[in-house]
Amino acid sequence: MTERVHIAVGLDGAGWHPAAWREDSARPTELTTAGYWRDQVRPADAAGVVFATLEDALSLGGRTYEEDAETRLDRARGRLDAVLLASFLAPLTERIGLVPTVTTTHPEPFHLATGLQTLDHASRGRAGARFVAGANEQERANFGRRTGDATGLEAAASAPLRVEQSPHWQAAFREAGDVIDAVRALADSWEDDAIIRDLATGRFLDRDRVHNVDIDGEFFSITGASIVPRSPQGQPLVTVLAHQTVPYRLAAQHADVVFVTPRDAAGLVPILSELDEASAQLRAEPERLRVFADLLVVIEETRAAADQTWARLQDRATLVTDARVVVGTPDDVVDEIRLLAAAGADGVRLRPARQPADLTAITEQVLPRAAAAGVLVADEGAPTLRERLGLPRRASRHTRQETRA
Amino acid sequence: MTRQIHLAAHFPGVNNQTVWTDPTSGSQIDFASFEHFARNAEKGVFDYIFLAEGLRLREHRGRIHDLDVLGRPNTLAILAALAAVTEHIGLVGTLSTTFNEPYELGRQLATLDHLSGGRAGWNAVTSSDAFHGANFRRGGYLAHPDRYTRASEFAEISKALWSSWDADGIVADAASGDFLRDGAIARVQRTSRLFDIDAVFDVPGSPQGRPVIVQAGDSPDGRDFATAHADVIFSLHTEFEDAQVFYRDVKGRLAAHGRDEDSLKILPGATFVLGDTDAEARERSREIARAQVRPETAITYLEQIWNRDFSGYDADGPLPDVEPDTGSESAQGFANRHAAIRGRIAQLREVAAKENLSIRDLVIRLTANHTFVGTPEHVASEIDRYVQERASDGFTLIGHLSPHGLDEFTDRVVPLLQERGSYRSSYEDGATLHDLLGLAPVTSREPAVR
Repeated sequence: MTERVHIAVGLDGAGWHPAAWREDSARPTELTTAGYWRDQVRPADAAGVVFATLEDALSLGGRTYEEDAETRLDRARGRLDAVLLASFLAPLTERIGLVPTVTTTHPEPFHLATGLQTLDHASRGRAGARFVAGANEQERANFGRRTGDATGLEAAASAPLRVEQSPHWQAAFREAGDVIDAVRALADSWEDDAIIRDLATGRFLDRDRVHNVDIDGEFFSITGASIVPRSPQGQPLVTVLAHQTVPYRLAAQHADVVFVTPRDAAGLVPILSELDEASAQLRAEPERLRVFADLLVVIEETRAAADQTWARLQDRATLVTDARVVVGTPDDVVDEIRLLAAAGADGVRLRPARQPADLTAITEQVLPRAAAAGVLVADEGAPTLRERLGLPRRASRHTRQETRA
Repeated sequence: MTRQIHLAAHFPGVNNQTVWTDPTSGSQIDFASFEHFARNAEKGVFDYIFLAEGLRLREHRGRIHDLDVLGRPNTLAILAALAAVTEHIGLVGTLSTTFNEPYELGRQLATLDHLSGGRAGWNAVTSSDAFHGANFRRGGYLAHPDRYTRASEFAEISKALWSSWDADGIVADAASGDFLRDGAIARVQRTSRLFDIDAVFDVPGSPQGRPVIVQAGDSPDGRDFATAHADVIFSLHTEFEDAQVFYRDVKGRLAAHGRDEDSLKILPGATFVLGDTDAEARERSREIARAQVRPETAITYLEQIWNRDFSGYDADGPLPDVEPDTGSESAQGFANRHAAIRGRIAQLREVAAKENLSIRDLVIRLTANHTFVGTPEHVASEIDRYVQERASDGFTLIGHLSPHGLDEFTDRVVPLLQERGSYRSSYEDGATLHDLLGLAPVTSREPAVR
């Protein structure tokens, strides 16, 4: 039997290749317009892509850790807040999950949580988030001094090779875990049936079914319940990108979906083992962690054309990436997906090197061929993103407690 | 010349103004409610929709307040979603300068302006109490007198961020490989007691340059903030002479800031009740007021002032003949307001005694006094009179039902305003919120380095 996987896309500006904006098909002056993003995401929705992640950062140069990231002139610059972009896309799409990137270091966990709950309401159950730990010097300087701030995280000048080597980065990952916990706790703070509209007693809600979260952690505290009533999915889909032990453990403990970057299908196997081991020790979530393998793709009709495109891009700027790069035809990409499926991936996230060119190839060529080849999980109309991924809707933790009692 | 009326549509709030007991009352949180509300306001060619903000659920005597509508969306996220289902109407959200940081809020509002094609607005508010702070990283960190200091600096930093990209900064020259022109983005720096920012903004200049800025505070500090930074004031002055006094006061302060009168619009919050005859409207107003102030609402209202349990009292009876409990700080963290509370109670007793009002009648008088009550013709002529006689530039209208509360205004009053020639009959294509409000486009670059 062929193993089947979900196919997601990772979207970022003009695409993941630093020279993508220079392609004839690119729309480099429209990267912050409504029309550009509508045109990227609607075809992906119609093609059956399970969700789209939207990159974001809190500095101009983002997370490249290049020394001249803030000053160099040759990169596509300027972006939109990803949670708001996802919210905008929600009413314009039908099925696709919307998974904005959120930074856990500086923003307020309370705003983050209510933003994601609202995205879930606006999308009628298709909200997720990709949580990113830590911040660089420029992000810290952008936010500025925060007197009396409990978040004592020093910014790291560059991403360390191993998180374990840096107390600051270890703290950043602990904070990320705390932020995810807070998002889940706030999402659960209203039980499903808290709004009663009881004319007899004149009560709009049953306040015994709305719960203060009373979080008092290492990095922040939050007292109250969410301001947002419980959303269609209950909780948003929690995702994390991970490359090494500490992030793997963050994912195993807190996430619904982890993105990993094996060098090839064989390389996925040890990663799955490490995730399994971490899950056995740490996992608190009732559902098994879903693993999506990332591929960065350059797609043309023929291999020769793909090689030519790749050469042109690389000649203009050198791609530095964490993900396996596939340069080839739509069938080559389907073959790679099949191998990852066989190796045990639950899904594959395709990062188009060029937007819209490679995204169009994904939606018009890769998805239909993957479906025809029997490697794509069919969309059977599950009402929410979580359920489409096989994650049942969960009752609020407070409801569960009552049921057990 | 006929002065033009500007109207804003206030999404029904989480207080007793919003009647949830009505059979036609809909969800306060489903997206469909927001979509209906925004589309109706757009049908009525309003300038903008307006969302209030509450960063913690209301409490009463240490417990969540359960008598009124409760629960609302994240302001920015719902406005971004509404940008997708509307074309012309402005999208204004209430957002705190205390529990946000300029870089992040700046990029969120710039994002909203990009996604909506120039329709974003920001009602800047300055709460600083520990009750709301308890949901945020820094708690109730800001001393009360620093509220407006922070708000002003926040606004200055935000304006500098929004104007930090040169209009022609993106060259996107595929041949040369230059995406940005050298020097396209100015650094924004601010070092003060409250901020230490050295920022490079990551969102290009948005269609309006910056969002429209709204201000609602009525204190002298609030008025100063408004005259320095705001484009619109959402005031509480709806009684005609009082509104004129406020209007003259605020507009008179503008010259000192080098601004002309038209650069700041005053849109008081207003409620309305329509009827086919004035008598019918008055009767409806009375019914709505009784739905807004149910017996338990009236008792709760007094409990909040007295800080005592009045559950045994009859709302149709007289005011409780007991002293308030001013012994300890209230749950909402206000400082001891001993004298103010006693003064307030004396005032209430005087009003109730003079007109022999029950508890419920008194609370109706205080909280459910509808601004415009009458036939559509009457309401239209009143609104027009306020604007023509410089008591306001229009109104921020608050319906009593979610989400249909402004439907009848759109259907019955808007056409009459249009017939009078003092209200637009359609939107101009591509108009920004600045354009709708008759505000000059933002052109100047704010000082980026200080």
